[in-house]
Amino acid sequence: MDEIMSKNNSEYLIERNDNVYEVVIGLEVHAQVTSNSKLFSSSSTKFGAEPNTQVSLVDAAFPGMLPVINEFCVKQAIKTGIGLKAKINNKSVFDRKNYFYADLPQGYQISQYKYPIVGEGNVILDMPEGQKQVGIERLHLEQDAGKSIHDIDPSNTLVDLNRSGVALMEIVSKPDLRSPDEVNAYIKKLRSIMRYLGTCDGNMQEGSLRADVNVSVRIKGSTDLGTRCEIKNVNSIKYMQMAIIYEANRQVDLIEEGQEIDQETRLFDTKKNETRSMRSKEDAHDYRYFPDPDLLPLEVTDEFIDKLKSEIPELPDDKKKRFIDEFKVSPYDATILVSDIDTAKYFEEVVAKMGKNRDMKLAVNWITGELFAVLNEKNIEIAQSPISAKNLAKLINLIKNGTISGKIAKTIFELMLNGDIDPQIIVEEKGLKQVSDPKALEALIDKIINDNREKAIEYKQGKEKLFGFFVGQAMKASGGKANPQLINEILKKKL
Amino acid sequence: MSEITSLTLYELIKNIKEKKISSNEAAKSFVDRAEKSKKINVYVTENFENCLKLSKEFDDKPNFDLKLPGIPIAVKDLFCTNEVRTTAGSNILNNFVPTYESTVTQNIWNEGGILLGKLNCDEFAMGSSNETSFFGNVQNPIAEDLVPGGSSGGSSSALAANLTPVTIGTDTGGSIRQPASFTGTVGLKPTYGSCSRYGIVAFASSLDQAGPMSKDVKDSSILLEVISSFDKKDSTSIDFKRNNYSSELTRNIKGLKIGIPKEYRVDGMPDEIEKLWKKGIEYAKDCGTEIIDISLPHTRYALPTYYIVAPAEASSNLARYDGVKYGLRSSGKNLIDMYEKTRSEGFGEEVKRRVMIGTYVLSSGYYDAYYLKAQKVRQLIKQDFDQAYNKVDAILTPSTPSSAFKIGEKSNDPVSMYLNDIFTVPVNLAGLPGISIPAGVDKNNYPLGLQIIGKPFDEQTVLNIAYSMEEKINYKNNITDWWMK
Repeated sequence: MDEIMSKNNSEYLIERNDNVYEVVIGLEVHAQVTSNSKLFSSSSTKFGAEPNTQVSLVDAAFPGMLPVINEFCVKQAIKTGIGLKAKINNKSVFDRKNYFYADLPQGYQISQYKYPIVGEGNVILDMPEGQKQVGIERLHLEQDAGKSIHDIDPSNTLVDLNRSGVALMEIVSKPDLRSPDEVNAYIKKLRSIMRYLGTCDGNMQEGSLRADVNVSVRIKGSTDLGTRCEIKNVNSIKYMQMAIIYEANRQVDLIEEGQEIDQETRLFDTKKNETRSMRSKEDAHDYRYFPDPDLLPLEVTDEFIDKLKSEIPELPDDKKKRFIDEFKVSPYDATILVSDIDTAKYFEEVVAKMGKNRDMKLAVNWITGELFAVLNEKNIEIAQSPISAKNLAKLINLIKNGTISGKIAKTIFELMLNGDIDPQIIVEEKGLKQVSDPKALEALIDKIINDNREKAIEYKQGKEKLFGFFVGQAMKASGGKANPQLINEILKKKL
Repeated sequence: MSEITSLTLYELIKNIKEKKISSNEAAKSFVDRAEKSKKINVYVTENFENCLKLSKEFDDKPNFDLKLPGIPIAVKDLFCTNEVRTTAGSNILNNFVPTYESTVTQNIWNEGGILLGKLNCDEFAMGSSNETSFFGNVQNPIAEDLVPGGSSGGSSSALAANLTPVTIGTDTGGSIRQPASFTGTVGLKPTYGSCSRYGIVAFASSLDQAGPMSKDVKDSSILLEVISSFDKKDSTSIDFKRNNYSSELTRNIKGLKIGIPKEYRVDGMPDEIEKLWKKGIEYAKDCGTEIIDISLPHTRYALPTYYIVAPAEASSNLARYDGVKYGLRSSGKNLIDMYEKTRSEGFGEEVKRRVMIGTYVLSSGYYDAYYLKAQKVRQLIKQDFDQAYNKVDAILTPSTPSSAFKIGEKSNDPVSMYLNDIFTVPVNLAGLPGISIPAGVDKNNYPLGLQIIGKPFDEQTVLNIAYSMEEKINYKNNITDWWMK
């Protein structure tokens, strides 16, 4: 899909002298497959275990040990492919990528080179200026390496093989991204889709999602691709964005100075906020890929794929559409609600618990407003929300049916935080029920007018803004419980 | 006691079951003879004490329902054996003691077999004379200073010297059949996928296959029945219905069609090999089979194809021996230096040569011309056999283009060494079963073998033909125990 070349929020252009450059970005995302055991062995994949406690003979590449494919990981990769609206290949091949490193026990990584399990697909990004489609080139399965630890022993490198053999999906995008904002949206969308599918937890702190970022620049409007540099293994969206900005500007500077850009692999130094050359094209590894003779080609039938298709849950794009159509939620709100599967779940549960007389606008506002603020403040996920969807729905219903005012609701919300307390109980125990008895309110208002005779006269003489004063006094006298609408009506009548 | 060691496996089992010989007596006989046979250098690691102990335990609580009741067996040192050093004939694994057992050896112990020790072999099974072993040359019991063949040279020699009733080898390009041929013994390479590769030190994964080596065909059928099994731990293991090879063994092969491939008449092949082959054809006819001339047109590409595919896989399979996790580690200034020193000191010349060849043929820019082309040719070689098997049930060829040669005779000429495998390599490339049986002697009285190649998974027919021809040939090794004198 062609991007509309208009100046908009997410566009990223670099101007030098009279030239305007755009940046062309493609990502190779490494997503750890959610699976209890590794891609070719039965070792656990649990994060954070003591070093070298989750290592089988296969993971440590002992003589005569052989890989056996984990069917669950294959299913996970196919599901992800379906989520990316991609072609699932009935036949794929595992290859050996040969190189020596201390944390690569076999001396090769088992990966998929020529024949990946998933082919072309796409992802839709919701950008402020509208939707953008990003092409997926392929998705393949591969093994993770172990971890080299250089900072424990002064003279030795230590190796932890817990991660060795863990299943990764490498998701390769087409060079369709044009700005750091789009990269942000792309990673979040991928993460969202995989979390909906349960195929990757997307936890970037634990390294479950990392990316190699390919960056090139070109004069805006050009259709040729510039020489690209690959920035290896960036593990947060923020760093990806910083690396892209640094790298794009570096490349533009070189071009403006009349220099060539070398195709090379670079590293992003997060402390110095710069990319550094790791190895040039000439020094690039020759990985000597060839089909792994220990593994047969991976063949999956259409029936196998169809069965997985039938297990795919509603994904964010469809959910968003349904929220808009069925719940009349605004596209903006819908995007926020579906971006995270747990948020969407929470919202849907609130909607369900609100019952027939539901108020979507209130529900959206309370979730994205008050609740998000609390989650942010406590730095927790919605899955750990201190207030259950059931009780939030009750609170919203209490507002909706006039039992409490919005203002009192905020007080109740604060009280609910102490152990997910039923708002109904708070209302009763604290006597916070809204006063909607006109007689009681009339008496209360009569007293206020009597006590403030002079102000009442001023009001009648035309000082209309004093109306607010009387509303305030009435609310205060009622302890905030008076129904504001009734107060308005009675005051207008009496004054 | 000497008659115990000269018994066939079948006879030994019979004697043990009839309680005429105890397991411990058998073990003692083999251990005693081994003590007197150090000169032929078959053992890399002896397991004698443990073997004697386990044989006693067997005798205390015998189970005669097992297929190998208390039988002491020595195995090639390419099979990982739990708590017993496993070297693959290499310095790089000189100190390696596995904590696990290969499926094939486990199958043997499960049926009552007892490990005598680990037998010498070419380093990582790369060789045809056992001269590439870090643990020294092995003598062929047939005559002094004669190679026993390779890579399963320790196995063939131990068998011919009556140091084990039966043994197992591995065969990537002929490593069971060629040493069997050189020592006047029987060696069977099963169909690829029959015997699990789990726990066997890998040489070339798409070609490696374990198989029995024995004094006669019946013994091979007994052992094959034990070691051939489907194994989920090996993704290339095949789940097919396996015969009861020994009980289904028959000499009734009347009417079987046996193919004679004209392409196996190679230039410069000695007359005596040609004569042996002709004699073999006559024996096959005597057994009631029909002889049919066939063509395997791509045969001449088999050796070059093999010497691309096998080193390519080996170069990658041997990358794990890097000094980081187990085995030899030489100290170095940094990681790269440590790698270089470890692998330089750990690997011998032939292994280095093949790692270099393999690395080269997989390199970008050469991959298509070598590796990819070789894979295509491999398919053509396989198709040759597929087509031939539309007409015949099995194929008869010589096992090797010559008899055993002198130690050192070919060790500086790798190409002439590689030519040893010219008749055996196509069988590995096509994944077929093949057996070598002794069929005669050359002018020096050195044994010569004939090879019978079968259809995939049709080990039974291969064994039956070999069993029938063996009776007609009636070959007997003349071992003088010269090394004891």
